[in-house]
Amino acid sequence: MDFGPYLILASLEGAVTAAVLALTAVGLSLVFGVMRVVNVAHGEFFMLGAVLAWWVTSMIGGHPALGFGVALVLVPVLVGLTAAVADVTILKRINYDPERTIIATIGILYIIQQLTLMTYGPDARPVTPPFNTRLAIPWFEFGENGLQMYWPWGLSTTSYKLGVIGAAAAVLVGVWLLMVRTKIGLLMRATQLDREMALAFGIPVERVYAIVFGIGAGLAAMAAVLIVPIQQAHYLMGGDPLLLSFIVVIIGGLGSLPGTVVAAVLIGLSDGIISVFFSPTLAKILATLLVALVLVFRPQGLFGVKDA
Amino acid sequence: MTKDIKTPVGTSRRNVLKTIAGGAAASASIPLWARFAQAQTSEPIRIGFQVHRTGIGAAYGRWYDRTTMAAVKAINDAGGINGRPVEIIAEDDGTDPKRGAEVIEKFATQHKADVGFGTLFSHVVIGSAPRAGELKLPYFVVSEGHHVASGMLNRYTLQPGITDVKSQVQAMAPYVAGNLGKKVTMIFPDFAFGHDHRDYFTAAIEAQGGEVLAHIAIPPTETSFTKYFPKIPRDTEVIYHVMVGPAVLTFVKEMGEFFGPSHPAIFGFIDSLEAVDLGSPGLEFLENTYFWEGNPRYAQPDQSAFDKNYRAAIGVDNNGASISDPSDVSTYAHMFGCWETLYTIKDGMEAAGYQGPADRGKLIEAVEAITDMPHSNEHPQGAKLFNGKTHQVFGPQYISQVKGGRLDVVHTTSIEDGQYPDEVDYTKQAL
Repeated sequence: MDFGPYLILASLEGAVTAAVLALTAVGLSLVFGVMRVVNVAHGEFFMLGAVLAWWVTSMIGGHPALGFGVALVLVPVLVGLTAAVADVTILKRINYDPERTIIATIGILYIIQQLTLMTYGPDARPVTPPFNTRLAIPWFEFGENGLQMYWPWGLSTTSYKLGVIGAAAAVLVGVWLLMVRTKIGLLMRATQLDREMALAFGIPVERVYAIVFGIGAGLAAMAAVLIVPIQQAHYLMGGDPLLLSFIVVIIGGLGSLPGTVVAAVLIGLSDGIISVFFSPTLAKILATLLVALVLVFRPQGLFGVKDA
Repeated sequence: MTKDIKTPVGTSRRNVLKTIAGGAAASASIPLWARFAQAQTSEPIRIGFQVHRTGIGAAYGRWYDRTTMAAVKAINDAGGINGRPVEIIAEDDGTDPKRGAEVIEKFATQHKADVGFGTLFSHVVIGSAPRAGELKLPYFVVSEGHHVASGMLNRYTLQPGITDVKSQVQAMAPYVAGNLGKKVTMIFPDFAFGHDHRDYFTAAIEAQGGEVLAHIAIPPTETSFTKYFPKIPRDTEVIYHVMVGPAVLTFVKEMGEFFGPSHPAIFGFIDSLEAVDLGSPGLEFLENTYFWEGNPRYAQPDQSAFDKNYRAAIGVDNNGASISDPSDVSTYAHMFGCWETLYTIKDGMEAAGYQGPADRGKLIEAVEAITDMPHSNEHPQGAKLFNGKTHQVFGPQYISQVKGGRLDVVHTTSIEDGQYPDEVDYTKQAL
């Protein structure tokens, strides 16, 4: 394939990865920023989203868009509620102690993964996309008659992939509005700034924590519902998003939402482009190397603020 | 020494009922063991079944399990092996080589299994076989990998139920070069099984005057594939694909989306769509493309009585799906290997007069002595020829074309098409 069309294809693939990654990582970043909890089970909430999306769509017959629409609304709420329950019953009981929450979320990871294995089974199952048209992309080159348009072999995307990018962008704008324009956003930011002071002002910090943990998991589930018609729902699918989310959150700056989004786009696009031109393994190596460099030279992350 | 004397229980209604129920349960179980009582020992023959319940091989594991259970039921209904019932001890290996070796160890030392059996994924076989050799546990794999016949493993590892990749691709290459094209791009999973495809198909197509333009290796745990396809050279005439793992449906779907309406000829190993419904949305582009099948998934017009019997025993319908759930598609091209291997174990044990673990060496020698396996209820996929020196069986292969959303066999290769010179003589190794 020629360089130009090749690069376009790689960027499109990278953009889909980036969109889904941004949603997942923002969830992780939110939980860390507000609650100071390193949620190792985040990837499993992602997986749970995909599996529940399969379950909801297979329960609802009719046009694929109907089941998918219901899943897109219902599944993040279900996963969010599950996470909120986990917060109230587990994380709250150990007083959000940083070391113990890591161990506890590892436990949650295994519980969710093994329960899924026991009920949903070890198979990968597909979800039909609500719409999916192959869109061939034209390319231009200088030929004998000047600028010519042609349709390179393989240079295409699908309407659904573009839809995923659009939907992810819309949700991210929604999260931003929630944080800066609503009361609950204000409470979250206040809790993030100073938990003690927020308590003193009568903010129900524990309830805020449960809500934040639920929203964080819900965002991961939303990302999974969007990606599941492209990939398939499988009980081990939570590993990669977790690793990439941590990479993104560390590069972007722990707790910084704009930093997370920028880092997600950076990692997603570079992952797409490097995997296409070289190999997916090299893409992972470079991303991990970037994390190491950030930790050495700018430990607070690209957009993070140094602790006073 | 004192002995506890049980206080006699009063004859209450409840106790009487209990006794009657117990007696009924006991008498119900009598015919089962009584059937095998004529043997010197009624101890069951224990077959350790290394099954991919979880991990990337889970879909195969589910069907290998069903096939194995159906074969064991058929064997036991017909009187067992040497008059003894067969018992399957299944252990999940997580499709993981390290766990595989541990499972082999459990079979030999904890479960006191007579033999180990049933592994599919080549990396698990390669990880487990050395331990089986050390423990002198006969290890019957159903894996397709060339590692048995290549001499990489040991005298205790045998593959009598399914042909190996080298034999399969050698039989396929003339058809591909003659009917589809000579410039081939190969897409295969990046582990031992895929490397067998890479090495032996490349050699086989070159022997037919063709060439492989590009080798595209994909990790079997990969979940998105579009990024690999731009590496397909423009002058490719035939795409040769073989994929395994949980995301095979995504793989084939994304290949269709990549090419759109104008794709080169496509020849796939059905591995890329094992346990996947051919009618899944996004697979329409496969119409008229070709697949290798180890055993035809769809019942063919010339279906043998043996295939009919075998399908019914496992509970598979004429479309290769479960009778109880038509959306549960089987791994029909591979799982016959479990059925046929169990019958070979039976033949070997009967020829060796197998009594117990002390006779494991005799069992190996008896299986090595087997040559012809006629097309029968025991070998429903077709007649086979076993090579005792290389521990590998040879049999027919099927090439099918997708027509109207089902697979129709268009060519059947002979046993000779898949034969190659011996690379090892395991019989020279000590027992």
